[in-house]
Amino acid sequence: MSDIKLAEAPPGVEGAGFFATSLDKAIGLARSNSLWPLPFATSCCGIEFMATMGSTYDLARFGAERPSFSPRQADMLLVMGTIAKKMAPVLKQVYIQMAEPRWVIAVGACASSGGIFDTYSVLQGIDEIIPVDVYVPGCPPRPEAILDGVLRLQDIVKNESLNRRNTPEYRALLEKYGIETYG
Amino acid sequence: MDKLDNTYLWEKLAQKFTDQVSLLTDAHNLLTVDAKEACITAVLNFLKQDEELQFIHLTDITAVHFPLQKKAFEVVYHIHSLVNNIRIRVKVQLDGENPEIPTATTVWKGANWMERETYDFYGIQFLGHPDLRRILNVDDMEVFPMRKEYPLEDPNRVDKKDLYFGR
Repeated sequence: MSDIKLAEAPPGVEGAGFFATSLDKAIGLARSNSLWPLPFATSCCGIEFMATMGSTYDLARFGAERPSFSPRQADMLLVMGTIAKKMAPVLKQVYIQMAEPRWVIAVGACASSGGIFDTYSVLQGIDEIIPVDVYVPGCPPRPEAILDGVLRLQDIVKNESLNRRNTPEYRALLEKYGIETYG
Repeated sequence: MDKLDNTYLWEKLAQKFTDQVSLLTDAHNLLTVDAKEACITAVLNFLKQDEELQFIHLTDITAVHFPLQKKAFEVVYHIHSLVNNIRIRVKVQLDGENPEIPTATTVWKGANWMERETYDFYGIQFLGHPDLRRILNVDDMEVFPMRKEYPLEDPNRVDKKDLYFGR
């Protein structure tokens, strides 16, 4: 027998030849186990992420086999490194170009809060321009910490509603950042 | 041809510009002269065009801020003669309220970005510059960050200490 670990089935009603669960749960299961990362790496945290994608830590185990480098088909934006104020509009554009559903992880001190760069030229945390779901602490965080951040995000994705994009809270959040919502 | 030396270089400048230039220092064998704002373009032109000197390469333009002086700004030109392998530093003192100086882009095209950078960080107006925009900072910035007019960070802050970053 192989050691392949399968994702646990969501709670539901089981019987002979059928299994019933809510669509939310089934979709959440699928989404959370195929988060496609869009790495936005500007500094040292990006190097740590490369290690995370490498064979030792193997981010691909979690269904994140395809790092996207394009907003197309990507749903997990990882911002890694110092974001200068001049880079901010670019980052925001990348976020806007991603289709729903989309989630953001701020990796490391710089992306989360500006880190040691308490300066006129550096954005003091990306949550000033785009919403963030998970913050990974560390300067830079070890690959384990980045994996932990991805696992935290999987928890979020598993447990949120299928239709988050149309909830009033989510729309209000995006409007607060001045990002257009559709539908 | 003999190698140019600082003494000869200074004599030549003093002869041409008399009281418009003054000798500041030649520390580390780098001749440093102060020039009046009104004649800076003439000085730069002379240094570049003179058959003998041929200071054809503009290394850098930058500025210094002395907040306590009446002439609070100093624009610094580093110029290099590739032909004679000798350098010179020209300084111009400017008024602190409204620092303005004629552009050097009329002498070297390469002065364009250097002056944009100096404007970006010190707010010095280069009159006649073809395109005086910020070059490194965001366009909508309203301050000139290298001016010494901002309070230093509170030395008692602890929130950026290494221990909070796992270092």
